[in-house]
Amino acid sequence: MARSQDRRPGFSRRAQYGIFTGYVVAVLGVVAGVVLLAVSLFNPGAFSFARAAAAEVARPMGQAGAETRVASQGLFAGIAAYFNAGRQNAELSREVAAARANAVTMRAMEGENRRLKALLGIIDPQARPVAAARLIGSTSASARRFAVLSVGANQNLRPGQPVRSGSGLIGRVVEVGPNTARVLLVTDPDNVVPVRRASDGLPAFVQGGSNGRIEIRMINMGVNPLHKGDVFVTSGSGGLYPPGIPVAVATEPHRDGAVGHLASDPSDADFVIVLPVFQPAAVAALEASQKAAGPAPGDDGEP
Amino acid sequence: MILPRITARPEDLVRNRINRAPSPLLAVGLPWASVMLASMVSFSPIIASAPVLPPLAFMVLLAWRMLRPSLLPVWIGLPLGAWDDLFSGQPFGSAIVLWSAAMLAMEVIDARFLWRGFVQDWLAGSALLAAYLLLSSTFASFATGYPLPLSIGPQLLLSVVVFPPVTRVVALLDRVRLLPLRRL
Repeated sequence: MARSQDRRPGFSRRAQYGIFTGYVVAVLGVVAGVVLLAVSLFNPGAFSFARAAAAEVARPMGQAGAETRVASQGLFAGIAAYFNAGRQNAELSREVAAARANAVTMRAMEGENRRLKALLGIIDPQARPVAAARLIGSTSASARRFAVLSVGANQNLRPGQPVRSGSGLIGRVVEVGPNTARVLLVTDPDNVVPVRRASDGLPAFVQGGSNGRIEIRMINMGVNPLHKGDVFVTSGSGGLYPPGIPVAVATEPHRDGAVGHLASDPSDADFVIVLPVFQPAAVAALEASQKAAGPAPGDDGEP
Repeated sequence: MILPRITARPEDLVRNRINRAPSPLLAVGLPWASVMLASMVSFSPIIASAPVLPPLAFMVLLAWRMLRPSLLPVWIGLPLGAWDDLFSGQPFGSAIVLWSAAMLAMEVIDARFLWRGFVQDWLAGSALLAAYLLLSSTFASFATGYPLPLSIGPQLLLSVVVFPPVTRVVALLDRVRLLPLRRL
């Protein structure tokens, strides 16, 4: 096929000028794009208002999509459950028996825990969630990993608040619109989460690799003590994420850390919970424990 | 047959063809609307923890540009790129630069190669997609301060494979675009 000749307008001055102007505007577009890119690289929040407005526009579409996702998951799960109902029944009965035994142990431990806490005078900072919401979109074609939530400033969301699902940490809120919010997922390289190993409290931090995996790095360099299957939970240091939320499972230990996968895949989460920033709660707990401990020895203040 | 025959061609949907012309709104607006809708694919049911989807909006734009070289203005990268940046998660401005540059590159390709064909379009599209994905992830890695180029491998392969079907879909849309709906 020969190429079209429409860009050769002949002797019409008007058409020639029109085409020339088109090229000028296209080159200006490149220049303007470079300038905007530089601005947004130096000040990442510069265009958040436009993004928030766009997310508001697309919100109904995303919400419909989220409902479809949940419905289709339910449908497939229902069909699958039909096929292995018998096996599942036997497995579940076994699990219930085991769980009942576990529950008794747990109740005993809970009681012991309550007594020990009372002894220490630590008040449990029961953090009430800010909102429960759906994830209605994600940047599935970009190397940056953001998701969009179906709630925003009208539901008291603020930047910095952590987002979790039932099974683990999803990310934190970075930009807030009236009824939508943008979440920086744990798999984004910009998101660094302080964690500790669940079994022994070994400190580390988790950084996203942008390819669905995450990188677990040790704080203390030296011999790498990580093993396949180690579970990491948030440590609460930094004051942003409350402690004890599962984040990652190590899969491939290497020389100075490990590659891991997420404890909670955002695509499986039908609802997520937005938590308040942890720091105020930490400060309150600290004050409460100091009050319970009484004045320090050399201090002659009132009790 | 109980079921009505499904007409394969969009032209068959319109019964009267005499005294009719394409609707100007559809004829001009459909390419813009299709690219803008493809930008909003991020609001789809898929919540991805890795870049898995090909850059559909850019592919639809390239497909329109290859199918109808003079339909879209050369400067279309400025408005549509800005729209795409609002949804893509890239630093704002990334698609404006890359889409404008791609439209200019298509002009060069058109001027350089006198004959066009399926293989040549696919090669040109693949080259532009590869450059687009590589530069996008480079811009994203400037924003995060962390090198990201390896994460685009699967995405690039998928984009190259999916590009011909996308051009087919755009060709179908082109026939919808020119349906004689307006009564003269």
